[in-house]
Amino acid sequence: MDKLIVYMQYPFVRYALIVGILIALCSSLLGVTLVLKRFSFIGDGLSHVAFGAMAIAAVFQLTNKMMIILPVTILSAVLLLRTGQNAKIKGDAAIAMISVGALAFGYLIMNIFSTSSNLTGDVCSTLFGSTSILTLTSGEVWVCTILSIVVVLLFVLFYNRIFAVTFDEDFSRSAGTKADAYNLMIAIIIAVIIVLAMNLVGSLLISALVIFPALSSMRLFKSFKSVTICSAILSVVCAFAGIVISILAGTPVGSTIVAADVLVFAICHVLGKIRGV
Amino acid sequence: MAFITVTDLSLGYDTQVVACDLNFSVSKGDYLCIVGENGSGKTTLMKTLLHLKEPISGKIETGDGLKENEIGYLPQQTIVQKDFPASVREIVLSGCQGRCGMRPFYNREEKELAKENMERMGITHLAGCCYRELSGGQQQRVLLARALCATRKILLLDEPVAGLDPVVTAQMYELIEGLNKDGITIIMISHDISSAAKYASHILHIGNRLFFGTKEEYLNSDIGRIFIERWKGGEING
Ligand SMILES: Nc1ncnc2c1ncn2[C@@H]1O[C@H](COP(=O)(O)OP(=O)(O)OP(=O)(O)O)[C@@H](O)[C@H]1O
Ligand SMILES: [Mg+2]
Repeated sequence: MDKLIVYMQYPFVRYALIVGILIALCSSLLGVTLVLKRFSFIGDGLSHVAFGAMAIAAVFQLTNKMMIILPVTILSAVLLLRTGQNAKIKGDAAIAMISVGALAFGYLIMNIFSTSSNLTGDVCSTLFGSTSILTLTSGEVWVCTILSIVVVLLFVLFYNRIFAVTFDEDFSRSAGTKADAYNLMIAIIIAVIIVLAMNLVGSLLISALVIFPALSSMRLFKSFKSVTICSAILSVVCAFAGIVISILAGTPVGSTIVAADVLVFAICHVLGKIRGV
Repeated sequence: MAFITVTDLSLGYDTQVVACDLNFSVSKGDYLCIVGENGSGKTTLMKTLLHLKEPISGKIETGDGLKENEIGYLPQQTIVQKDFPASVREIVLSGCQGRCGMRPFYNREEKELAKENMERMGITHLAGCCYRELSGGQQQRVLLARALCATRKILLLDEPVAGLDPVVTAQMYELIEGLNKDGITIIMISHDISSAAKYASHILHIGNRLFFGTKEEYLNSDIGRIFIERWKGGEING
């Protein structure tokens, strides 16, 4: 405990906690929708796209890599979510295609035009998350905070519409809701979260953050509202616990948070079985 | 002017035409049954009427004070719904989304309307229940209550009795008939030609041959007699 209080005095620990919790919150809010739309793996797919885009940016030696990464990722998200229910290639297959394809191309490009001496290390830290969450600058924390507030606000404001569109797109359209606009909004938000999160915590973690809290709370609750609230709480608790444990025990941040999420899922699964859900 | 007037409508997917040269109209208080074989394009027609997809050619006009988003729709079930965590109350309330305009949350009036319609469909005691744990008949009632929240004028029902047992089917038909008597116009897709003949005021037959007219005209037409014979034959054999 004392150790924790000592650590809390370092700004980098506080930054890590703030950013980790905010990203956990945002991704879990949209996670329920994504899981239900059969887009569980969109986090994985999009972060690989972002990785591919980053490789291209590196080749052109752009100073501001975000200029390429963000638009490319948003575009992929829009394409993936738009094809949706009526597509010839279904959601999961489309994501798998884009994900593997982007990863392969990104690695290929990096290999051919490599400027870095530590290529494998670069790739590894993009995929599994480095310790970069512990090296955040205050500027990055601000960007993250503002974007998170925007995401949460949008989610709360459009909560009823997001529910309606996720539950039954055709009905929503027949009632005059602009379903395409909401799908577009969801796609853009998820792309922004992923790019943000990938830089900070790595792409392995972001998929877990999207999937686990949603699945855990779906074991326990039966209405959309309670599932959403529960998954937000679980996600934040797991992120907090994961970061604290990783600092105290010196384990990798991303993996520790995911481990906490898996544990909570197991607990929820057993609880759900007991309650007879 | 009728609620919905369809002239020379052709529908289909991409280049493939499913049905063409449809002409019919639906007026206030009508009970139109759409019949036809599997794959004849009934669902496609309904989606086109709802502007969920573009017609290949032809016109769909709404009139008599009916706005395009004042149509209640009960779709054939989709896969997503099967494991969706949503309570009955949330689903029925989502029928009010067309009334909100730019307002992000439902107001008291809309919550009241959802409650009324749950009562009307006899599902008030299920309000807190999870949709996916209801029986098929209860699920259809929930979706009907949602459709009623979207409209006071016209309902489009896509096979509302599919998969229901005979008792629940009869209840469902009576519910729908009651709604029609209350002044709500009904357009319903049905495979059950005998019930169509019992309840409908108009029949639209689509397939190789087209027919539109009142129920009496249909029962006396060649196409109607052939279809009913075949249906009865299928009933006995199947
Ligand atoms: N998304 C789609 N893309 C391409 N063709 C489609 C699509 N959906 C349906 N079809 C085709 O359009 C035709 C009409 O389908 P539709 O669903 O309208 O039939 P239906 O009359 O409702 O049949 P059922 O009684 O089985 O519900 C079918 O031949 C089908 O193969
Ligand atoms: Mg159909």
